[in-house]
Amino acid sequence: MTAAIVIQSLASGLLMGLLYGLIAVGLALIFGLMDVTNFAHGEFLMFAMYVTFFCFSFFAIDPLLASPIVAAALFVFGAVVYLGIVRFAMRARTNVGMVQIFATFGLAIVMRGLAQLLFTPDYRSIPHTWLGGKTVSMFGIYLPAPQLAGGAVSILAFAVLYVLIKKTDFGKALEATREDAGAVALVGIDKNKVFALGWGLGSALVGLAGAIMASFFYIYPDVGASFALIAYVTVALGGFGSVFGAFAGGIVVGLVEAMTAMVLPPSLKSVGIYAVYLLVVFFRPRGLFGSI
Amino acid sequence: MLEATDITVTYAGLIAVAGVSIEVKAGEIVCVAGANGAGKSSLLKAIAGMEKAKSGTVRFNGEDLAGVPAHLITARGIAYVPENRRLFPRLSVRDNLRLGSYIYRAKEDREAPLDMVFQLFPRLAERLDQRANTLSGGEQQMLAIGRALMTRPRLLMLDEPSQGIMPKLVDEIFQAVTTIRDTGMTILIVEQRLTECLEISDRAYVLQTGRVTMSGPAEEIRANPDVRRAYLGL
Ligand SMILES: Nc1ncnc2c1ncn2[C@@H]1O[C@H](COP(=O)(O)OP(=O)(O)O)[C@@H](O)[C@H]1O
Ligand SMILES: [Mg+2]
Repeated sequence: MTAAIVIQSLASGLLMGLLYGLIAVGLALIFGLMDVTNFAHGEFLMFAMYVTFFCFSFFAIDPLLASPIVAAALFVFGAVVYLGIVRFAMRARTNVGMVQIFATFGLAIVMRGLAQLLFTPDYRSIPHTWLGGKTVSMFGIYLPAPQLAGGAVSILAFAVLYVLIKKTDFGKALEATREDAGAVALVGIDKNKVFALGWGLGSALVGLAGAIMASFFYIYPDVGASFALIAYVTVALGGFGSVFGAFAGGIVVGLVEAMTAMVLPPSLKSVGIYAVYLLVVFFRPRGLFGSI
Repeated sequence: MLEATDITVTYAGLIAVAGVSIEVKAGEIVCVAGANGAGKSSLLKAIAGMEKAKSGTVRFNGEDLAGVPAHLITARGIAYVPENRRLFPRLSVRDNLRLGSYIYRAKEDREAPLDMVFQLFPRLAERLDQRANTLSGGEQQMLAIGRALMTRPRLLMLDEPSQGIMPKLVDEIFQAVTTIRDTGMTILIVEQRLTECLEISDRAYVLQTGRVTMSGPAEEIRANPDVRRAYLGL
């Protein structure tokens, strides 16, 4: 194995890791905000990929161009899921945790079932995109343009998210609600509105990831499952609920996956991620960047 | 300004407040005094919309507050400082204060009350970048009052501001309460410390196991032989 090959696969791992971070950040955001785990997160990703696919097949909109549209659609979808389902699940008198799990888990099953019914179990793909098939060569390594664009979109999204959380009133309201949702009414903030916007924002971010993914992954009803699993690991690595931990966690997952693929057969490429996950859970259960 | 009539609050059948009526007029400091468990906090929570009253009405400047959610009650001009303060612990003093002016976020002068807050509590100005949970008990109380003032209330409700605070700061806080009133605000304060509370207030209600057992001008309550015996140890 030459140094060039190692660098090549680390670079692809980094790009994939940036996407993993973008996939996971919505999960972390919602968990941090209200201690609710969205078990339908993978299905949100699947839905976003289909929206991207239909933007292309009906209106010939390139995935890159469609990504803001998909993010907006998922924003509305996420807010509606909160207002229509999660809000009521949180009002349960007993066993709130269980009720929340079943509510979002049930949603996942419904979304998958509907996707099978409406879109058929067929594997779809977007045959030609602006960037499809193009590569960019830098310092002797070749990177596929769609993945490179995906990494750029992820970094941009995290930068915007950082400004939003640290510098705006909405960000402060989000942090305050995360600290003590029962107390924000004391300063005139409607916690339900913050929760709905939080779900919208978290979903928009996974929507953005879905739009990027649709340009180089097959699209099918179960596509969310494997990525959701990686997203849970990413969130656990990054520190539960830590938005910027998800960014770092995603990069770690992407790099570890790439390194594993160098030494183990492809069918075992996930072994490395889960090994790191177990190590972190044993030795630093709050995650690498968690601050609890 | 505030008329709470026949307020009843229950917790799973346990009656915490049993048909209490109180009135606060504009510009007054009114004290609701009572021992631990008398129902003082429950009464304030019901007025602030943080706890649903089983029965009774709350009118604020003539408007019925029935069904108005807590965040809109704040927006209408009632600021509530709960007994456990409920600061945003890992946010800075600055952010806590800034969040107090959240309802005015679109306004140029959103931080206008900040001068008054710093005048009342100069310690806050020195600790702007400190996290709220690193402040002492007294400073946290100051911050909670400061945050409430940032919402520009017409009525400020304080739940046992002297609780868990060293004596020197207790005086400072009671002093601040009178200063706040002098700026034209109205204050409803709930206390176990009857003596200090009667000293600064115009009128008082004495609450015992969920009922008002006595009410009137502060001097009258202070002069009452039963009160002197039961509360003031005289
Ligand atoms: N959340 C609650 N659940 C059940 N009982 C409560 C709750 N809050 C208060 N109580 C009960 O209601 C009564 C009045 O409490 P509270 O209003 O806190 O009184 P005070 O503020 O005067 O100490 C007490 O008996 C208390 O135990
Ligand atoms: Mg109390």
